[in-house]
Amino acid sequence: METFFKRLSSLSATTILLILTSIFIVLFIEAKPAIKEYGLKFLIDPRWGVVISNTQNDKLKNNETVEKSSFEDKDDLDNDLEDDDIAIEDEDALAAAGVTASTDTKVIYGGLIPIVGTILSTLIAMIFAVPIAMGIAIFLAEIAPPKIAKPVGIAIELLAAIPSIIYGMWGLFYFGPFISKIFGGGSVSLLVAGLVLGIMIIPFMASLTRDSMKTTPDVLKESAYAIGATKFEVIKDVIFPYAKTGIIGSMILALGRALGETMAVAFVIGGVFKLPSKLTDPTVSIPVVLANNFAESSGMSLAALFYLALILFVISFVVITFAKFYFLGDNK
Amino acid sequence: MRLLVNKVVLALSTLAAILGLIFLFWILITLTIKGINAISLHIFTNDLVNNGLRNLFVGQFILAFIAVLIGVPIGLIAGIYLQEYSFNNKYAKFIRNLSDVMMSAPSIVIGTFVYAILVNPVGHMNGWAGAIALAIIMLPIIVRTTDDMLGLVPKELREAGVAIGAPKYKVIFDIILKAAKVGIMTGFLLAFARIIGETAPLLFTSGNNEYFTLDLNHEFPSLTVAIYNLATMPDKHLVDIAWAGAFILTIFVLIINLIGRYLIKDKG
Repeated sequence: METFFKRLSSLSATTILLILTSIFIVLFIEAKPAIKEYGLKFLIDPRWGVVISNTQNDKLKNNETVEKSSFEDKDDLDNDLEDDDIAIEDEDALAAAGVTASTDTKVIYGGLIPIVGTILSTLIAMIFAVPIAMGIAIFLAEIAPPKIAKPVGIAIELLAAIPSIIYGMWGLFYFGPFISKIFGGGSVSLLVAGLVLGIMIIPFMASLTRDSMKTTPDVLKESAYAIGATKFEVIKDVIFPYAKTGIIGSMILALGRALGETMAVAFVIGGVFKLPSKLTDPTVSIPVVLANNFAESSGMSLAALFYLALILFVISFVVITFAKFYFLGDNK
Repeated sequence: MRLLVNKVVLALSTLAAILGLIFLFWILITLTIKGINAISLHIFTNDLVNNGLRNLFVGQFILAFIAVLIGVPIGLIAGIYLQEYSFNNKYAKFIRNLSDVMMSAPSIVIGTFVYAILVNPVGHMNGWAGAIALAIIMLPIIVRTTDDMLGLVPKELREAGVAIGAPKYKVIFDIILKAAKVGIMTGFLLAFARIIGETAPLLFTSGNNEYFTLDLNHEFPSLTVAIYNLATMPDKHLVDIAWAGAFILTIFVLIINLIGRYLIKDKG
């Protein structure tokens, strides 16, 4: 019984490893047709679901070769071996496409627009959320008297628990129109998506930051006050240096959350495959592409969606791992 | 000058705090007003096909409940391994970190994974896929909570158990788990609150169903997916129903969180 339970328990712990590895492998296998067809060029191709007929195809093919060679040049500097592999596959795929194109049309899928949309909306969210979350954290940890800090702190933590779909809905019906009145543009746009995303991560970021700031020993703060430092100087020269890694770590965790967020963004980003030329343009992000198109896709478009999911998974995996190991430390 | 800078900075951060709170309460207030206006007895007694929410409440609850049935035992036992059996070896540290990373994995990506293994082979969306997607999201949270809570149990309790000759699994189940019961249950409660509001992993795993059903082999009703679909409809009445659903969901999640908070505090 004892050994049985011991085995069972270590097996359960291994489930975590198994699930994560199989997510990676399954996504890779499902994305393989798209990876084979488009290679790394997928990352910089702004066309999604563009049908090219055979007459256009010749021209496009030429363009592609030009684009491809310049892209290869850039990348060859980075890593030779891996890229050579993909480049060979690419040429095969292109040759195959050239053959079929004489009789048939072809649909091209590229991931540039959702990738750019994801990065930009996360960036806007961070620019907006970081100062406000820091303000809230400083307010809760250092300024507010306990009578105010406690209920406000609880309120902030509760707000972090609200399902993200609520933030999206509010963004669509109230915040979007409000922003479009001030900045122009439609009520769904990259700007609105970034701001809603920012508002959504504020409670999460603020409570984590407050917790890190509170780890500063009182003795350090008191000795600074004793030599006549002002509150701001204590925050700037004692608390920040002490809690720096924790604060940066919580920000990166919030960043990871913003990268993969679907529902808060899906309502307000517009879902349009178009590179935004200004902040108030609608565009699309990886999670939103997945949410809107997954159920109706099959064949190559489905593979391309899996490719996007794989990219998102890898990005967030790297970001979170980075935050954990460099800033939050190896716990225990 | 120093004092002036101090005052300005403190004022700015207080202002930032107020601004943040304004946004957050703006959300809650609009949600409450829209929600209360749209709530009627009708939505509790009718299914989505008749503009009600009954089947959706039941469906969402069942999905989350099955996720708990799958996720809790695995997560609990994994947590026990990390804290009691591993002696904190390298593998345990690795799993612990991996579990934390998994906790932050985008939920929609988990949805795509479950779609690939459970929806595509069957050919249509089904309730099981949705429940399993939720279980995968819940698993690392359970592991983390169990791990943390068991870590708080004093070593003397374990030693006392072993000293009277009890086998380790008996010590774990009869002594340690009992000592950490409140904390672990609270963790389960909060994990439940987290997954019951999830939308993204359900969109293309269990989908949605307009009719009342308990059959997990087909598209399964989900409140959150329905809110997403209804809120983007042009029909104002349907949007109001979405608000009612969103309001009830939020109240439910907040109440569970408050209960969890109270339990932790009660324990000391």
